[in-house]
Amino acid sequence: MDTTVANTGTEGKTWGGGNRPMGSSYGKLMMWFFIVSDALTFSGFLAAYGFSRFKFIGEWPIADEVFTHVPFFHGNYPMIYVAFMTFILIMSSVTMVLAVDAGHHMNKAKVTLYMFLTIIGGAIFVGSQAWEWATFIQGDYGAVQTKGGNILQFGEYVTVDGEEKFKRISIDDFAVTEASARTEHERKNGLWFVDEAPLPDYTVSEIYSGLAANSNILVRSQLINEEGEKTVLSREESLKQIKENGKLVVKGANLVVNEYGTSLFADFFFFITGFHGFHVFSGVVINIIIFFNVVLGSYERRGSYEMVEKVGLYWHFVDLVWVFVFTFFYLV
Amino acid sequence: MAHEHKLEIFRGLLKFKSNTQKIWGVLIFLTIVTAIEVVLGIYKPDILMHTWLSPFEGGFFATLGNIILSPFIYMKPLNLIFILLTIVKAYYITWDFMHMRDEKPSLRRAVVWTGVFLICYLIFILLQEGGYVFEVYNTKDALIKRDF
Repeated sequence: MDTTVANTGTEGKTWGGGNRPMGSSYGKLMMWFFIVSDALTFSGFLAAYGFSRFKFIGEWPIADEVFTHVPFFHGNYPMIYVAFMTFILIMSSVTMVLAVDAGHHMNKAKVTLYMFLTIIGGAIFVGSQAWEWATFIQGDYGAVQTKGGNILQFGEYVTVDGEEKFKRISIDDFAVTEASARTEHERKNGLWFVDEAPLPDYTVSEIYSGLAANSNILVRSQLINEEGEKTVLSREESLKQIKENGKLVVKGANLVVNEYGTSLFADFFFFITGFHGFHVFSGVVINIIIFFNVVLGSYERRGSYEMVEKVGLYWHFVDLVWVFVFTFFYLV
Repeated sequence: MAHEHKLEIFRGLLKFKSNTQKIWGVLIFLTIVTAIEVVLGIYKPDILMHTWLSPFEGGFFATLGNIILSPFIYMKPLNLIFILLTIVKAYYITWDFMHMRDEKPSLRRAVVWTGVFLICYLIFILLQEGGYVFEVYNTKDALIKRDF
């Protein structure tokens, strides 16, 4: 006697089981769920960045003046390096989709090769990101932060090809070293239970003396003028601002100060590119795991390379996010 | 194998012989788009740096016109081009690399419509608020002065 109900009378009907919702396997559908929610997370970050930028629309740093470096080359090359990074990521997306395609044809050798190339591309991207961060943190010209938290930068007018341009000058080039500068407080030379953060290389008064001694140097404020450029102050105004409002000499950027302008810019840069970089890193790790599974023949035995397809979806999503980060941090 | 790919892009204007060829074709297209963005970003042509329309003044219909044409009135053409090209790139990454083109319409709509609707709402509400805070800081009778 049958005690279990083997037949439910729904065989062959739509709700009889065995159907795939939306014609997609469980794993792929779940990956799409994750991608939609992750896309919303990233758009939340980017929209918050837009919020802060609109709030300070009249004084936001100009990306072309911030990201100007290329490894092994000196000079001013805005956009070049980040364009290279974008290309690397798109390229690794291509090798990923080629791996998926080879998987559809059950071609183990080709899947292995393309997965390997994808991992290499991801590693180059993460390395470039690290270099970009290091350059950003190190800074280049230095600036003075005012009591109100604004940034004053330095430069002079030079004529290049008959055109008058404002050329930035590093604080190292004109600051006058004064003997009166105090030494850093350490546990061994003061109160043993108190720490102090490292002192800036210069004091505001050293910068002021340097500025007073060089009549060609002018101060540039954060405010963006009608031509879309930062406002350069007159000589008298420059001296006055540094003397009356200068509070701290900053070089480079971190979560507290930022020599390029509004500190929120650095905060969002670290947070959003960091979160994206973390995605790339975890993508590389997952790719490596899948790569070893491919090499060991797991998917060959399973008869399907769908895992490669699923990790591929994630990898393309990371590329997709970078396209937007690239636009809103470096272009717009 | 039952993996059929639609091999046309640009609404059938360009048809590829195999999936691999399509992938390389899309790569070339994406590279060209990125190159255009980078060149525009470096040279910043003057003509694209100022809005072509200024806000309409007057009653209800002027406001309505400002809202409808807001991308042209309040945004530099250069930025508008960048954003449009970004969406074009996003489309081809999703459709061809993530194989959205080959999925059923139900899956495509569940992913794209949900995402696009929520993201548009989020962007609208946050940018609107950011612009408002800017006004609070920068109008003539603002309580917060330029502090320096």
